[in-house]
Amino acid sequence: MDAGTASAGEHVVTTSATTYSYTPGFYAGDRPRIVTSRFEYEDSHTIERFLATDGYVGLKAALAKPAPAVHEDVKAATVLGRGGAGFPAGTKWGLTPPGVFPRYLVVNGDESEPGTYKDRLLMERDPHQLIEGCLIACYAAGLSQCFLYIRGEMAVAQERVAQALNDAYAAGYIGKNILGTDFSLDIVLHWGAGAYVVGEETALIESLEGNRGMPRLKPPYFPAAIGLYGQPTIVNNVETLANLPWLMRHGVEAYTAIGTATSPGTRMMAVSGHVKRPGVFEVINGSTTFRDLIFGEEFAGGMRDGATLKAFVPGGGSAPWFVEDQLDLPLEGRAVGAAGSMVGSGAVMVMDDTTDIPAAALTLTAFYAHESCGKCAPCREGGTWLMRILERIVAGHGTSRDLDQLIQVGQTICPGNFPHASSERLGLTAVPFPYKMTTICFVGPSAYTPVHSALTLFRDEFEARLMKRTFIPVTAVSEPATADSTSLTAASMAGTVHS
Amino acid sequence: MARLSEDNVRIALEIIGRYPRAKSATIPLLHLAQQQDGFVTNEAMAHIGELVGTTSAEVLGTATFYEMFKFEPVGKYLVNICGTMSCALLGAEALMHHAEHTLGIKAGSTTPDGLFTLEHAECQAACTEAPTLQVNYRYRFRVTNETFDQLIDDLRNGRLGDEIPAHGTVAKIRQRIPADRGVGAVAPEDVTEPPAWMPAPQAQGSTS
Ligand SMILES: Cc1cc2nc3c(=O)[nH]c(=O)nc-3n(C[C@H](O)[C@H](O)[C@H](O)COP(=O)(O)O)c2cc1C
Ligand code: SF4
Ligand code: FES
Repeated sequence: MDAGTASAGEHVVTTSATTYSYTPGFYAGDRPRIVTSRFEYEDSHTIERFLATDGYVGLKAALAKPAPAVHEDVKAATVLGRGGAGFPAGTKWGLTPPGVFPRYLVVNGDESEPGTYKDRLLMERDPHQLIEGCLIACYAAGLSQCFLYIRGEMAVAQERVAQALNDAYAAGYIGKNILGTDFSLDIVLHWGAGAYVVGEETALIESLEGNRGMPRLKPPYFPAAIGLYGQPTIVNNVETLANLPWLMRHGVEAYTAIGTATSPGTRMMAVSGHVKRPGVFEVINGSTTFRDLIFGEEFAGGMRDGATLKAFVPGGGSAPWFVEDQLDLPLEGRAVGAAGSMVGSGAVMVMDDTTDIPAAALTLTAFYAHESCGKCAPCREGGTWLMRILERIVAGHGTSRDLDQLIQVGQTICPGNFPHASSERLGLTAVPFPYKMTTICFVGPSAYTPVHSALTLFRDEFEARLMKRTFIPVTAVSEPATADSTSLTAASMAGTVHS
Repeated sequence: MARLSEDNVRIALEIIGRYPRAKSATIPLLHLAQQQDGFVTNEAMAHIGELVGTTSAEVLGTATFYEMFKFEPVGKYLVNICGTMSCALLGAEALMHHAEHTLGIKAGSTTPDGLFTLEHAECQAACTEAPTLQVNYRYRFRVTNETFDQLIDDLRNGRLGDEIPAHGTVAKIRQRIPADRGVGAVAPEDVTEPPAWMPAPQAQGSTS
């Protein structure tokens, strides 16, 4: 594995969480493990280890049933999409128009949402589990070819998946007449080349067709109707598919026994930022709270250096921010949505009281502004404006008009009430998710989200940063200049005008 | 330094053969070209256009959308320091300043010896290991000034040759579909029937 982890060490036991030197950032705990069960083996990516640990058993269980019955199982288990939107996979597969073939599966391994670190681990540490998930999905939904799109910058993940595909082809798990059945499937490894927006499913399809990775106009809202080459196409996230082998091995009841009725199973969560033990954890879905994740001894273990929590981003860089008031919310879409944000991509970024809030917001806004594909004006222009204005404020050159301007620009991207958290300190009540938007995809709104959250929850920090100056018209100087700061500013202003 | 070599054309044709439409191979072939020459040349783009049946302008149009493709030579080692939120919270900016100092160049430029190019990068999906960087897309985690300098020293002295190939090569392992196992790609218009393992449409009823 990649060297360089400070936390590395052979099976170092830290409270109830175990780390493995070859799985940087991952902590195993005393919890159900649906997708990370093999992470404890150094050779978890090999076909030998996979076969020795129930590998391809879920595929065999699926192939023993008629395809529609497997589809029914996935529906009954309510396997929620783990890529951001949380849409149930079984329902999505059912959106393909009946009788239209061929249909394709495109696996979204483009993981690049700020804060998100899980799909790469699943690809590097257990590539066969993902392949098995792809096989089950294609069998169940009648998909005749699978394209596994891996983010371009993930060299090791690409190597691990390539090796796993080669081994699985050789062993008869992929290709013609899999395990002697009439189920035949090719899985094609495809690489990206560095563009965040390509993670959006229609942009992913454009990219896979060899084009610039720009999202398609909607409707159709789902590529399940019209996708790759104009054919019905299912796009699923890596983690979503990685759930399927366990589901097939253990059955729907065992799956729904974990987590809650609306959010069954587990999910991978990355907790990063100012915590004692930043890490990736497989946690129980639906009931685990943000307080557990940030302060729980078996998770991130609390704030670093005894600092206090200032704010956290609950679901990847696109999610509106939360503060202390929201810590007891569970990882459940509806609850988090009502509170003004989203569970998103399983990424919690934590800021302590030393954080410079406008500067932190700028790192995210700059990301989305930079990643705009340029197809819609409010995102292309608005994102850049937001970034420029924020840069000015962070550098200490902002004026009070800039704060209004941020909101105005935001309103052109997302008109109306924008979701935000409640705050007892500020006497704010929550505005629930989602927002209205004038753009094709969520990149535009995501450039505004950190600005809006930061400005709503920490306006005082922006105001403290504004340039302190009084404008004095050049012709109105009637008194001799004094040495106070106002006139100093005025004098230097005049100097700038003349220079 | 030009069109794809004979060996690479063979790989290119193998890749093209996996897709129902040849144009889908554009990005993989651009990677192949970059692996061959260290960056994507105009001649390679024209050649890719011929191979996938589009114009070189269209290949250029696609290529310029993606950050990984370079159109002029870059350093043998591309050092990408992440500056997105989780890394920024844990000192990415200071690390970048240190890197600029150590390499003696500003972010976005290449050392005079052609060995290193330094770039600002965005979230690398390793946020719990902040601050992070990649050298030719291979990770280094929880980077300190000391480990950064050590890394540069190791690269200068060729001590990481096995782990970190020169810029252009991303994955060192390629997918290979054995001829006797592959199903083969079929153009969508040539498929009308449901796949063999699916029940016939009428028996399928309302699965949706
Ligand atoms: C701008 C943008 C970026 C996205 N990036 C990713 C990504 O990197 N990985 C991912 O799985 N889904 C991403 N998504 C969500 C996908 O569009 C899609 O909903 C998801 O892949 C569907 O899979 P699921 O239903 O299994 O979650 C992104 C969406 C948007 C709007
Ligand atoms: S919102 Fe931005 S990234 Fe998304 S389609 Fe429009 S311009 Fe492109
Ligand atoms: S923010 Fe640096 S790796 Fe995600």
